[in-house]
Amino acid sequence: MIVNEQIAIDHGLKKDEYAKICNLLKRTPNITELGIFSAMWNEHCSYKSSRLHLKKLPTKGKQVIQGPGENAGVVDIGDNDAIVFKIESHNHPSFIEPYQGAATGVGGIMRDVFTMGARPIANLNSIHFGSPQHRKTKNLLRGVVHGIGGYGNCMGVPTIAGQTNFDSSYNGNILVNAMTLGLVKKDKIFYSKAAGLNKPVIYVGSKTGRDGIHGASMASASFDEKIEEKKPTVQVGDPFTEKLLLEACLELMAGDSIIAIQDMGAAGLTSSSIEMASKGNLGIEINLNKVPCRETKMTPYEIMLSESQERMLIILENGKEDLAKKIFDKWNLDFAIIGKTTKSKKIELYFDDKQVADIPVNTLVENSPMYDRKWKKAKLPKKNKIKKEDLNNLKIIDVLKKILSNPNVCSKEWIWQQYDHTVMGDTIQKPGGDSGVVRVHGTNKAVAASVDSSAVYCWAHPLTGGKQVVCESFRNLISVGAKPIAITNCLNFGSPENEENMGEFVECVQGIGEAADYLKFPIVSGNVSFYNQTKEEGIKPTPSIGGVGLIKDYKKMITMGFKEVDNIVLTIGKTEGHLDQSLFARNILDEKNGPPPEINLFNEKNNGETLLKLIECDFIKSAHDVSLGGLITAISKMCIKGNKGINLKKPKYLINEIEYFFAEDQGRYIIEISKNDFKKVTDILNKNAVYYDELGIINKDQLFIDERTKVTIDELKTSNTSWLKSYMNK
Amino acid sequence: MKSSVITFPGSNCDRDMDVALKKFGFKNKMVWHDDLELPKSDLIVLPGGFSYGDYLRCGSMASKSKIMKSVINFANSGGLVMGICNGFQILVETGLVPGVLLRNKYLEFICKNVFVKINNKKNTYFKNLDNNVLEFHIAHNEGNYFCTNDQLKEIEDNEQVAINYCDKDGKMEDRFNPNGSIKNIAGIFNKEKNVLGMMPHPERMIDTSLSGEDGSLFFKNLINNLK
Repeated sequence: MIVNEQIAIDHGLKKDEYAKICNLLKRTPNITELGIFSAMWNEHCSYKSSRLHLKKLPTKGKQVIQGPGENAGVVDIGDNDAIVFKIESHNHPSFIEPYQGAATGVGGIMRDVFTMGARPIANLNSIHFGSPQHRKTKNLLRGVVHGIGGYGNCMGVPTIAGQTNFDSSYNGNILVNAMTLGLVKKDKIFYSKAAGLNKPVIYVGSKTGRDGIHGASMASASFDEKIEEKKPTVQVGDPFTEKLLLEACLELMAGDSIIAIQDMGAAGLTSSSIEMASKGNLGIEINLNKVPCRETKMTPYEIMLSESQERMLIILENGKEDLAKKIFDKWNLDFAIIGKTTKSKKIELYFDDKQVADIPVNTLVENSPMYDRKWKKAKLPKKNKIKKEDLNNLKIIDVLKKILSNPNVCSKEWIWQQYDHTVMGDTIQKPGGDSGVVRVHGTNKAVAASVDSSAVYCWAHPLTGGKQVVCESFRNLISVGAKPIAITNCLNFGSPENEENMGEFVECVQGIGEAADYLKFPIVSGNVSFYNQTKEEGIKPTPSIGGVGLIKDYKKMITMGFKEVDNIVLTIGKTEGHLDQSLFARNILDEKNGPPPEINLFNEKNNGETLLKLIECDFIKSAHDVSLGGLITAISKMCIKGNKGINLKKPKYLINEIEYFFAEDQGRYIIEISKNDFKKVTDILNKNAVYYDELGIINKDQLFIDERTKVTIDELKTSNTSWLKSYMNK
Repeated sequence: MKSSVITFPGSNCDRDMDVALKKFGFKNKMVWHDDLELPKSDLIVLPGGFSYGDYLRCGSMASKSKIMKSVINFANSGGLVMGICNGFQILVETGLVPGVLLRNKYLEFICKNVFVKINNKKNTYFKNLDNNVLEFHIAHNEGNYFCTNDQLKEIEDNEQVAINYCDKDGKMEDRFNPNGSIKNIAGIFNKEKNVLGMMPHPERMIDTSLSGEDGSLFFKNLINNLK
């Protein structure tokens, strides 16, 4: 096939991009070369619209061992232990084929982590679906949950936390973001940078098939009505093979045979070989006839673009081939020497004794397109004037019940009960808390992780929304007693070619950067998913933030359930009564306008750090951050989890009760302390200039405001737990 | 006391079992499925996981592993063999314990704490245990125990039912049955009671910081009975 401009356009390349390729090569590429360019230059692999902005994110810190640019980020947790972690999207495939799309998303992120030598110790996920009433939502949700469970459960890695949201903006584009944490010894981290000449290039894992060809290109375009035809671009996962691959790789990594290792993720053999060569400033020569294939008559083009799962590329030390092969034989996995490193700084591919590709590595990587896309700055919306009489007619308990059963607030037990969250024997905080927590096996340390997003806030004002998500992650870690270390981000947006969507991206990233910088909570890994859009309609801007923190002594971990009757409950942080963009305003008043709650980074940091001090001094019996649904929703969850009630005080200052209870002001936590510690605790709060209110006293079994405003905890529990189960079983 | 845990390709609770056995005093060895001979052991454990990816049928391929010949001989000569979760599925496939394990009634994987009632204490596993009800943890997709009426009669006549799903007071009602198992059966013995297969994972309940501590009672009691 002779390549021409039209074929290039069919591969998702733009006219000028094709011209640039011809220019760089000083000739017309052949079809295999064109395939390679299209795979490396699509949005998913090249970050061509986002690179410019991502550069501005803070990525360094005392504990950061590896920031963005590797398979995953790495942070130091002391005693020669390090945590490797990353979040990644698998949105497009999951909409087309929910089970396999979600499963391979989980498989892919775990490979990113164990490629670096780390044993995965926890999985998390952030999933977003369309309106519950939309005809596709239920099946997509079921398929995605089964897929995540199917893969993670089989791998024997606990799924310890997650987040599920519903919003009609995801009707045509669901989001599936998967995150994995792995544990590694600091001196045994593996990287993808090739080094040395004439070193054997090894292919291990599953055989290569025709699945997933152009997967990365598909994920770099918007959906249209023909999206169902894209099913063959979705990869098929085999968690069993990945489990074998994990064990085999870790066995090989225990020795000193590996120079570099890279998993074959998006754009398969193409991106893995090119990334390794590029980082090592070397060339790679591959004989494609040596690549283990599952199907007959696969062409060089297909072999290079296949996204078959569970494969790795390794550059070995000379003379270690036999030893390595023995390990992969033991685990019944393919092992093939397919090429070598060269000094040519080119990717040279051979097939049936002919050269089928000859491309300088730098043309694919350094010379890849980078765009400074046009973007529109968002204005801060005007505050709504909510009429007091609208509020006064509402009954607090009725509203509370509605909010507790709202799809975005209700218990997600139906989901996480399908994930094995206890395998590996170190899960000390299960899903349903502020963060999931696993012990660092055999030590007193524990690692907390949380994944968060606030698309509504980001949509209303991207800059504030971006800041808010980082703060929420910070709070969720602190609420379980963990010191926040670093974050990974998965940036899900619409089309970068649309100025408004691009503006949302730019300003969310700016917000994330500002908050991460201020809170010393650097970004160490992540990915960008653009084109989450069907025809002209894009999703709400949805950056998902995965935060990781450390608990030095796991016995000091905090949970959210109220612990003891007669204990005192305080809020930390001031309640100003911000209702715009709150769950209350949007769902009860049906008011969708207005600005999101303001972020005060000083308060966030000060309140959070002070709470950590209180936890360190053993004053805190339970804690929970205040988020969706405001104070009373947070309190209700603490009541439900702890099976206790509370006598709530009314606000002592001038504020409407509804505003007081349902506002979503930021930087707030609820804490439970013993009566005897009240003075000591409030002294510390005062000394650190942390605002607090006395909320009430814990009782046995009811939420009590006054004789006319009370409800049993059992009733609240029913409101909170029944919606999802009955929705899925209807 | 010496124990051995068999690792099959796809086992994923082998380490957890190793940790639990060692915690309560066993000298444990890990044994590879491709080995022919067992080390000298007082207890053999087939751990949980997804041996051979659950392909064909759960436990089916693992039951034909090389090491399983030795495990079957060991069991037939009266040695203690315990299969947990996928290990139970393997035991069923070898025929060492009767019945089959179907997909859960609601076709979903279930991971949660459950209560089980000990039905028979005249055996090395549960003898001398003070509790009649234990809180264990389940995590499986295929734990729906099923057998024919004739088999059921035989199982009951021989007192082969080891544990049943129940509530915290030992009440055995349908609503406490998580997966649709016939008669709430969660675990079963062979006729001689030296082979035990059960779906719950006692090794995940060995620490107050984890899901609970009733697994500790089980393992402590087991090693005392073996001494």
